[in-house]
Amino acid sequence: MQPLLEGRGLVKRFGQVQALRGADFTVFPGEVVALIGDNGAGKSTLTKVLAGAARPDEGGILFEGAPVTLERPTDAQRLGIETVYQDLALAPDLDGAANLFLGRELLRRGLAGRLGVLDKAAMRRRAVDAFARLGVELQDIDAPIGTLSGGQRQSVAIARAVAWADKVVFMDEPTAALGVLQRGRVLDVVRKVRDAGTSVVLISHNMPEVLSVADRVEVLRLGQRVATFTAADTSVEELVGAMTGALDEGRAA
Amino acid sequence: MSLGETTTDTGPGPGDDAAATTTSTAKSAGEAASSADVKDETVTAPDPRPDLSDTARRLARRLVRTNSAWTFLVLLVLMTAFSIMKPAHFPTTFNLRNVATDAAVLLIIGVGMTYVVITAGIDLSVGSVLVFSGVVAAKTMTGISDVDAGWGPILLGLLAGLAAGAAWGALNGFLVAKAKVPALIVTLGSLGMALGLAQVMTEGQDVRGVPTRLSDTIGNGRVLGVPWLVVIALLVTVLGALALATTRFGRRTYAIGSNAEAARRAGIPVELHLIKVYALCGLLAGLAGILSLARFTTTTIGGHTNDSLGAIAAVVLGGTSLFGGVGTIVGTLIGVFIPAILQNGFIILGVQPYWQSVAVGGVLIAAVYADQLRRRATQRA
Ligand SMILES: Nc1ncnc2c1ncn2[C@@H]1O[C@H](COP(=O)(O)OP(=O)(O)OP(=O)(O)O)[C@@H](O)[C@H]1O
Ligand SMILES: [Mg+2]
Repeated sequence: MQPLLEGRGLVKRFGQVQALRGADFTVFPGEVVALIGDNGAGKSTLTKVLAGAARPDEGGILFEGAPVTLERPTDAQRLGIETVYQDLALAPDLDGAANLFLGRELLRRGLAGRLGVLDKAAMRRRAVDAFARLGVELQDIDAPIGTLSGGQRQSVAIARAVAWADKVVFMDEPTAALGVLQRGRVLDVVRKVRDAGTSVVLISHNMPEVLSVADRVEVLRLGQRVATFTAADTSVEELVGAMTGALDEGRAA
Repeated sequence: MSLGETTTDTGPGPGDDAAATTTSTAKSAGEAASSADVKDETVTAPDPRPDLSDTARRLARRLVRTNSAWTFLVLLVLMTAFSIMKPAHFPTTFNLRNVATDAAVLLIIGVGMTYVVITAGIDLSVGSVLVFSGVVAAKTMTGISDVDAGWGPILLGLLAGLAAGAAWGALNGFLVAKAKVPALIVTLGSLGMALGLAQVMTEGQDVRGVPTRLSDTIGNGRVLGVPWLVVIALLVTVLGALALATTRFGRRTYAIGSNAEAARRAGIPVELHLIKVYALCGLLAGLAGILSLARFTTTTIGGHTNDSLGAIAAVVLGGTSLFGGVGTIVGTLIGVFIPAILQNGFIILGVQPYWQSVAVGGVLIAAVYADQLRRRATQRA
């Protein structure tokens, strides 16, 4: 099967630090692929590179088999790639609807729209729906995001990415701040999105969670892909071994 | 899944960037099962109007959240107090008209400053840019004509002044957004440069001989009893407030001030937007320069050293946060009038008007302290 999105030999340096050292990564259509690795392995950096939020120093990106350059996040968004960043990337002073439509504000029809007037009612309505679908309960939909709990904010970020993605959603530790109930909901969302044909890249440190929801697992260590697994025939021990390097040959890609 | 909602125009607005315009692609019904549908452009039912009590409740909540509610109270208390103490002198048309006329120039600068401060920036240069623009306008008018100039030369002068202001603002914005020099330093630099260049152009002498047609109309004339200066300032305020509160340009101004990196990742052209915001601030400083010129018929080069700080104080008094992301033009309107009313009231009461500076300084610090407390209380992690 042709990969949907592929990173090849990606290198990203931050001064002295080399976050990615020739990393490869593959997403197939309609799958949940988990991206795992120890702290500092380069998972978030890889996500940013593939989402157009950071530019690689070397290496290439293929989308549906064709090389693409992702100069900025909008380039990735245009391809149907959305991201839940680890730091969430929300505007804390704006409300949920404004965050959901950040950068993609709806305008009124007609003259008002030509003058740049927002259609706040429509955005609010659609936001309420998008949140409801994920089971996000906001007591006050108009409250600035900064006043919400960490979990609620995370849900808003997830709702935003899921609402706009056509092809791939990257989720960088989307369950990290969540309670048991919310965590279950997010994993349900992940499955639902996959079942609707959109691929999900799930970054997580929680191995049982990874095994329960992912179809495949790719392991990053020190900025390189060191192994890929089919979730159905691997185990927590094997994953941990690949992450830490104890099991160096894994079932290498 | 279709929400049965009305479509919305997502065409680019003027003053906004086509680059980031959404072209919403409707999903096919099959795919739609997932998720998405904030972008669905499926049609039909007209918007159900939200019911009134709900709207009212939301409005009330928003009012409580805004910092300008209590500053408005302060303004009301001041005005009531002065009216009671000096009923024959304070609450008169004559007096209030004077207060408003004096405040007009500061109000116009304050509107631009509000935008800048909401982006978490600052513009110390507006006072100097005001002077520079006034000089450019005056030089243009007196250069191609004289005191009896017709509307043609006057209009040219006005345009030159506005352009000069916008150019300084754009330069500030460019240095802040592209060169990443802190706004405080950039605008401190242009504060000196704009004033210095204005003095170089005039050899330090105020330009006189401004056309009487300008000073008799815009400068000192009235429409329906309201001075032109006040009319123009209110127009700028209303337009500025509407643009900030209801347009995409305004929304993105807040977003950038709230979290510039989030805005960037959401595809907002942050650098370009910042340049526009500083250019707007400069343009309004240019307009203020022209109004000041029209009023005093001379460039008043030395008379605006406190304007930048006055505008910043007004913006902050009005509840706009120096940390960005929060603020309103209505707040700034109130913030301009608190010092103005205080000063006027003190003069009428026979108190030394210098007390106004003392009082405003104290209130200013209190306002920022309140903002700090609010942020600590509401922002988690
Ligand atoms: N903007 C940056 N500037 C400097 N160094 C960075 C930057 N971003 C990442 N790094 C470095 O790159 C390396 C990889 O970081 P990255 O955040 O991608 O790891 P990660 O796998 O996501 O880790 P975690 O599981 O802790 O989130 C780290 O050593 C980090 O310090
Ligand atoms: Mg990370």
